[in-house]
Amino acid sequence: MSIETDATNNAGPQTLTMGKGMKRKEDPRFLTGNGNYVDDMRLPGMLYMAIVHSPYPHANIKSIDKEAALAVPGVKAVITGEDLVAASLAWLPTFHGFDKQMVLAVGKVLFQHQEVAAVFAETREAARDAAELVDVDYEPLDPVISPFDSMKDEVILRDDREDRTNHIYHWDSGDRDGTQAALDDSEVVVTERIYAPRCHPAPLEPCGCVAQFDAMGRLHFWVTSQAPHVYRTAISLVTGIPEDKIRVISPDIGGGFGNKVPVYPGYVCAIVGALILKTPVKWIETRTENLTTTGFARDYHMDVTIGAKKDGTVTALKVKTVADHGAFDAAADPSKYPAGMFGVVTGSYQFPVAFAELDAYFTNKAPGGVAYRCSFRVTEASYAIERGMDILAQKLTMDPAELRRKNFVRKDQFPYDSALGFTYDSGDYEGTMDKALNQIGYAELRREQAEKRARGEYMGIGISTFTEVVGAGPSKHFDILGIKMFDSAEIRIHPTGTGIIRTGTKSQGQGHETTWAQIVAEELGLDPQNLLVEEGDTDTAPYGLGTYASRSTPVAGAALALAARRVREKARKVAAHLLEAAPEDIEWVEHRFQVMGVPSRSVTMKEVAFAAYTNPGEGNEPGLEASLYYDPPNMTFPHGAYIAVVDVDAETGEVKVRRFLAIDDCGTVINPMIVEGQVHGGLTEGFAIAFMQEIPYDEQGNNMAPNFMEYLIPTSVEAPVWETGSTVTPSPHHPIGAKGVGESPNVGSPAAFVNAVMDALAPLGVTHIDMPLTREKVWRAIRNAEAAAASD
Amino acid sequence: MTATETTDTTLRTVTLNVNGQTIRQEVESRTLLAYALRDAGLKGTHVGCDTSSCGCCVVLLDGDTPAKSCTMFAVQAEGHQITTVEGLGSPGDLHPLQQAFWDQHGLQCGYCTPGMLMTAKAMLEHNPDPTDQEVREFLSGNLCRCTGYNNIVKAVQQAARVMRDEAQAQALAGMVPSTAEGGAQ
Ligand code: FES
Ligand code: FES
Repeated sequence: MSIETDATNNAGPQTLTMGKGMKRKEDPRFLTGNGNYVDDMRLPGMLYMAIVHSPYPHANIKSIDKEAALAVPGVKAVITGEDLVAASLAWLPTFHGFDKQMVLAVGKVLFQHQEVAAVFAETREAARDAAELVDVDYEPLDPVISPFDSMKDEVILRDDREDRTNHIYHWDSGDRDGTQAALDDSEVVVTERIYAPRCHPAPLEPCGCVAQFDAMGRLHFWVTSQAPHVYRTAISLVTGIPEDKIRVISPDIGGGFGNKVPVYPGYVCAIVGALILKTPVKWIETRTENLTTTGFARDYHMDVTIGAKKDGTVTALKVKTVADHGAFDAAADPSKYPAGMFGVVTGSYQFPVAFAELDAYFTNKAPGGVAYRCSFRVTEASYAIERGMDILAQKLTMDPAELRRKNFVRKDQFPYDSALGFTYDSGDYEGTMDKALNQIGYAELRREQAEKRARGEYMGIGISTFTEVVGAGPSKHFDILGIKMFDSAEIRIHPTGTGIIRTGTKSQGQGHETTWAQIVAEELGLDPQNLLVEEGDTDTAPYGLGTYASRSTPVAGAALALAARRVREKARKVAAHLLEAAPEDIEWVEHRFQVMGVPSRSVTMKEVAFAAYTNPGEGNEPGLEASLYYDPPNMTFPHGAYIAVVDVDAETGEVKVRRFLAIDDCGTVINPMIVEGQVHGGLTEGFAIAFMQEIPYDEQGNNMAPNFMEYLIPTSVEAPVWETGSTVTPSPHHPIGAKGVGESPNVGSPAAFVNAVMDALAPLGVTHIDMPLTREKVWRAIRNAEAAAASD
Repeated sequence: MTATETTDTTLRTVTLNVNGQTIRQEVESRTLLAYALRDAGLKGTHVGCDTSSCGCCVVLLDGDTPAKSCTMFAVQAEGHQITTVEGLGSPGDLHPLQQAFWDQHGLQCGYCTPGMLMTAKAMLEHNPDPTDQEVREFLSGNLCRCTGYNNIVKAVQQAARVMRDEAQAQALAGMVPSTAEGGAQ
């Protein structure tokens, strides 16, 4: 009889997969309909919840009549804001910590679609029927829709607050006077108001939850959450239920992009329903609820001013922003960074002096301000500076690539302290841009453009060389609800050399089940196929702040590598015992332990694992596991150089993206296939933001994009074909040098698209059009420019 | 007019033929097929929108017609053969499309994936050798928020190749005696 030897038995580097495009371990589940999403939960006796929403953006609630709703067969209860007041559950703290939010409207509504009542019924249909029958008597009030109107304080929106102003906060960073002085002295100054429009992450799986109290009074809460541990703490703080009596489970999550970070009123209502009705309650929001009430993004009006010398050397940057936060300050930013990491607005350039300030206002719009596939306002900052640099290049009639080259932070300047207080860890901006310019054939494209211009055709080339800041974050600066933004890892290796890995993060499609296994496999010389990854259950996962702002790899990925090294240190002692040598004489070579300088005397991790349980050696602790909490010393700063090539049809305003090349540098790559997939997805969202996606409000405060017929997201027909590539500048402080990538393409690409269209229209004298660059907007800009030229 | 005045909420039994199995279920006349399938435990069919826009819920009717099951009443599906993603393949026995999506990294969160697979299956029934543009057009009723579609197109093309080869092998196999009848080992 022959026994097939397991290839991993003697796992050497050739069998490991770090840096290789290993196929994803989670996929067979998703491909066969065996994913396990929140809406897949079914519990005996489970009720369905539906929410009653306000049709008005601003109105007093005179009365609410539940009678007709309660008469619908199958309806078990209807709760209103007044009911929640009685239970002291009417208000919810926002993650920011500066404000609170109504769970169900009390006294008045502050935005269209605001939650007013919740209905519980035996079927989803009965709950929705009954929700329509809840009779709310409203007295409409004048809405305030623009933050520029709001700042006049003519109508005070929040009478629950003592300060009697719509102004939420002022934030600034940098040297105000020094910047002004430098601008006054600059040979050239450009300034532009740039709007990053309100948009929505809109993951395909809507938000939702199932709440169940078991017979022991313990709350089991399945929820679409990117941060399950923070949810558990938040639920405990809001409801007073002791934290150990709460179990939060995020099962498979169908995309998040920041939308599944905040705690929403519907979750509180479902928990209240489950508590009072003593039976499980499910709430799955509709797409309209998703687009009208849960975390939107952006809505920043930015006045960008850049000073420079005539040769293009930048001298100063000033950015003044007005932010529209809607009815409550539910922005998902760390509490010490009310404007998120907007301070990275100096981008990849050496600004000797800079000043950024931001004022946030309440309006009668949906609350939020989530980091939509970006690290807390980095997309806005990147867009502002990358647009600003192009506007400067246009003014100087300088090639935008040359202007950038002149001003880049050079690779020998890292760690680099920016004028706004960030310490960039590492980078090679010029090398990355050069690679992109070569790969796309930049010089040739410029020649072609000149020929086309001579023929009156509008071709544009847009560059964006962005720096992102990810990996929130170092505990001295970052917290949510006061909780420091560390993350965690726990590794258990079983006797037979397989194992389980748990972290405080939560994949929503990023592929953690694969990349986490790859990191640990590399560190321990084990087979990634036999390392199970489990996340999202607060009963079993170590406490962590979750997955958003590209923090998983910079923070939890680091925790995993370090925890694996702890396991290895423990294993070294067992190996020493097996090899009859002193632990100091054991070295880790080619994924196995060997007696220093004697390759013939070695043992694999798999052999050591078995011994750890069967024969650990005297004085050695049995078992093989480690857990670790990791507080990163700094953020990581991935960067990239993106180039878009477009053709604009001057007759129709139609923009065709002919090519798009993205060169990304996210430090050490764990799985290039997954990185490329993240880049494709992020670029497609960046494309959407540039050309299609917006949540506009009309003057009466109506949300004009409450579904996928109005809120346009790209289909396979619109989505461009992406060209990608990479450079690698490892992060010096991350254990494996990784930086994070999921958001870079979404952060970097909108500016490349808009710069390309503006470059195309430069001969007409058009300097800026606000996103989304719809056909109509582009067409109008061209007609206006022609009319202006004719009247000159 | 109120909701109850317009809605018939009486339950009736529908008989659905799903993946070759008969499912009998109590539904209201207005119960959507997507929910009837999900309530029957076939959770692979997902719901992502209220407007027939996203395609997460696509199933096949009678083998080759993709239908958004959120836009169809369960009662309308009676008398049709319905195929859901569960009828396509299983983890140990993936359909060439499922295998190709895996190989080409054509999915991330997996929420759109069942609908994508079913639409792609319908397309290959009608057009076994599509161009990239034809794939993109056929899939345009299925949104994906994660992948950016490039790898989905590659996956469908890989599956198309594999399925064409399989079809050809089968056709050739029909020309020679089968091994059971004494063909060469
Ligand atoms: S659920 Fe969106 S199309 Fe059916
Ligand atoms: S894989 Fe997430 S929506 Fe397509």
